[in-house]
Amino acid sequence: MRRDIFQAIADPTRRAIITLIALQAMTPNAIADNFNTTRQAVSKHLRILTECNLVKQEQQGREIYYSLEIEKMKEIDKWLDQFRKIWEARFNQLDKLLLTMKKQKK
Amino acid sequence: MNDNLLFDFTVDKAAKKVYITREFDAELSLVWDAFTKKELLDQWIAPHPMTSKTKYQDFKVGGKRFYAMISPDGQERWAIQEYTSITPKTNFKMYNAFADKDENPELPGSEWDHTFREQNGTTTVSITIYNESLERMERILDGFTKGMKMSLHNLENLLATLSQRH
Repeated sequence: MRRDIFQAIADPTRRAIITLIALQAMTPNAIADNFNTTRQAVSKHLRILTECNLVKQEQQGREIYYSLEIEKMKEIDKWLDQFRKIWEARFNQLDKLLLTMKKQKK
Repeated sequence: MNDNLLFDFTVDKAAKKVYITREFDAELSLVWDAFTKKELLDQWIAPHPMTSKTKYQDFKVGGKRFYAMISPDGQERWAIQEYTSITPKTNFKMYNAFADKDENPELPGSEWDHTFREQNGTTTVSITIYNESLERMERILDGFTKGMKMSLHNLENLLATLSQRH
């Protein structure tokens, strides 16, 4: 199933998880300690983030550590930047049109 | 021309909202017309090399604009905008949804809110777009990038043809 990456980061708990593990890799238990929710709920959030490739898991001994995929986060910003460019292009066209309209009015 | 004109584009991923603010070096009535009249909208709303074609428009509350964004290879992407609120030369709101060529909307769409104000001959337009799913935005972007890639491809072909002549 294809996950909607923006849906993934739209959830406040998942955003908080992202902020936490951006600083250092953490185990699910350590992550859960920061929230007023069940360990199961945190696991579910981690699963969604993993499916979106926003986090990666690493086995260290008996523990699994979760850390942030910085490149994937950058991708989101790049993607949004393309939107900005579309609007820029649009508005530059509108500037030209307004100039023409102004001249016609005179 | 637009060196000193403000352009602000921010995305609130959590609220699923896009905020766009832009200044225009023109009086309010001209900018209002450019945003609300189909013959003017079609001249700027599609980023080059895409073009816009409005089949019909009825600018009143409950009225609609049915239009297509056309890519350089002639592919048409239809959409319907329904006007939900209009305060002349101040604000208008609409609901935008993709559609097929027979006007059947593909829901969910997005909610658009435009506010206009003029100061010393400069008009500022603030747009807020609310998307129920930001994945929808991804589909919009796909269409545009395809169109732009296509025009680059056309340019490459043209350059190749031109260089062969030498």
